[in-house]
Amino acid sequence: MTQEATPYTRPLPEPTPTTRPFWDGLKQHKLVLQHSARAKKAVYYPRSVSPYGPNDELSWVECSGNGTVYSFTVARRPTAPQWSEACPYVIAIVEIEEGAHLTANIIDCDPETVRIGMPVRAVFVDVTPEVTLLQFRPA
Amino acid sequence: MSLRGKSAIAGIAEFRPSRYTEGATTLGMLAEVGMQAVADAGLEMKDIDGLVTEAFAESPMFAPATVVEYLGIDAKFAEVVDHGGATGAAMVLRAAMAISAGLCDRVLCVTAARREKRSNQGPRQTANTGWAGRRSDRTPYSEFEVPYGAIGANLGYAMIAQRYMHEFRLKPEQLAKIAVAQRYNACHNPEAIFYGQPITVEDVLNSPIVVDPLHMLEIVMPVAGAAALVVTGAKTARKLKHDPVYVLGAGEHTTHRSITYAPSLTHSPIKVAADMAFDMAGVRRKDIDIASIYDCYTITVLISLEDAGFAKKGAGGKFIDEHNLQFDGDFPLNPHGGQLSFGQAGLAGGMSHVTEAARQLMGRAKGRQVKKPEFAFVNGNGGIMSEQVSLILGRDK
Repeated sequence: MTQEATPYTRPLPEPTPTTRPFWDGLKQHKLVLQHSARAKKAVYYPRSVSPYGPNDELSWVECSGNGTVYSFTVARRPTAPQWSEACPYVIAIVEIEEGAHLTANIIDCDPETVRIGMPVRAVFVDVTPEVTLLQFRPA
Repeated sequence: MSLRGKSAIAGIAEFRPSRYTEGATTLGMLAEVGMQAVADAGLEMKDIDGLVTEAFAESPMFAPATVVEYLGIDAKFAEVVDHGGATGAAMVLRAAMAISAGLCDRVLCVTAARREKRSNQGPRQTANTGWAGRRSDRTPYSEFEVPYGAIGANLGYAMIAQRYMHEFRLKPEQLAKIAVAQRYNACHNPEAIFYGQPITVEDVLNSPIVVDPLHMLEIVMPVAGAAALVVTGAKTARKLKHDPVYVLGAGEHTTHRSITYAPSLTHSPIKVAADMAFDMAGVRRKDIDIASIYDCYTITVLISLEDAGFAKKGAGGKFIDEHNLQFDGDFPLNPHGGQLSFGQAGLAGGMSHVTEAARQLMGRAKGRQVKKPEFAFVNGNGGIMSEQVSLILGRDK
């Protein structure tokens, strides 16, 4: 007996030509980000020009996937109707080893155990055949 | 070039906040409240030569021209301000700039928010529809925040509060006291949405947590409403009906859109805006009689008090312990009740901090009048502590 997959109903990203390498990387379960030669750290989100100045050079680099929780909240009420069945869930700012801050969910754990400074590791969640989201779980 | 004393708020008008509007158009509300503000100044619409409004839902483009046409204004300066909650304060700054530059002399600044009950089937019929997943606009917000449910403002301010509590000492009771003091003020303001409903610190802490660590009663409630004010040249203001409320200082600072990329979660862009405003005005922190500070959440007020220089960084909790924040206390904060207790009518909620400061300085605040105020500090905050506009208003030029 085959089980029909539940259709994914949450909003999906619409990659642009500039951000495409990032999304393609996620699909291969790799965290690929632009790296700033000037700031010597990863840039998130991908940009057509560097936020660190005109003489900067951005190059695509694979990141380790390691990071720490910079801040977080536990949503006890849904932040949008598509998440109404998900409470409680964790939304966090993660500081990755390569320096950038990014927003993701901390998954595969009890929300009550999440703390600022907690080490986390990237998880690649294939939400549709086309789109893989970057998430994090306790390391 | 300094704006100090070159212009003044000469008239104000505000609708009493309500939960819903039935069938009203934003344009109709803008026109009505605008008309009232012009009349309050003792002017007629034909006297108005500048118009500042918001990109309201029904007319995200051509908004100023639409309002100008509707009201029959002959505008030498017409523009839209897009600074979220800081829009009201930013309108005053821009009106003051235009007047100071000699483009115009009598500027109507107007905001309004309608709010209809959600239908059972249809999408949300509020101006906020765009928050949840506008997929086609291909902004970094849509692409890198919305897919994670990082939608709306609650979670951003919650993460600020969490980080603040990690870096500094802050007790939930201290944050709650802000909401309680403002509710006390609202109970002296018959126009406030929560008039007649006092609360205690226990009430705040016993209200459900929406996003850790913020309780329901620390989070602003969206309502419908409208606010408008008239800014004129100082010379003109002196000939009008009310005592002029001079624009003595103004400052603005924007650093980010999403809190994810903010330079800091605990140090906001307010510091630069507030320092600019105080320096321009030549007024000291201790001269301020009224703090009219944007309060979408209690944590917003705490961080604003620190970054505006009323308390040291990290000592905001202690400041709240040591001061009485009621309109009749030693540090009157948001005498109208703040948006937490007066109501947040879209961008008119932000403007309520300006209208209340002006009302108080004009001596027209009735049962919640602060005793003989000379100077008010106003702060407008847009986005997630993203866009900051500070004003110093005063009775003396």
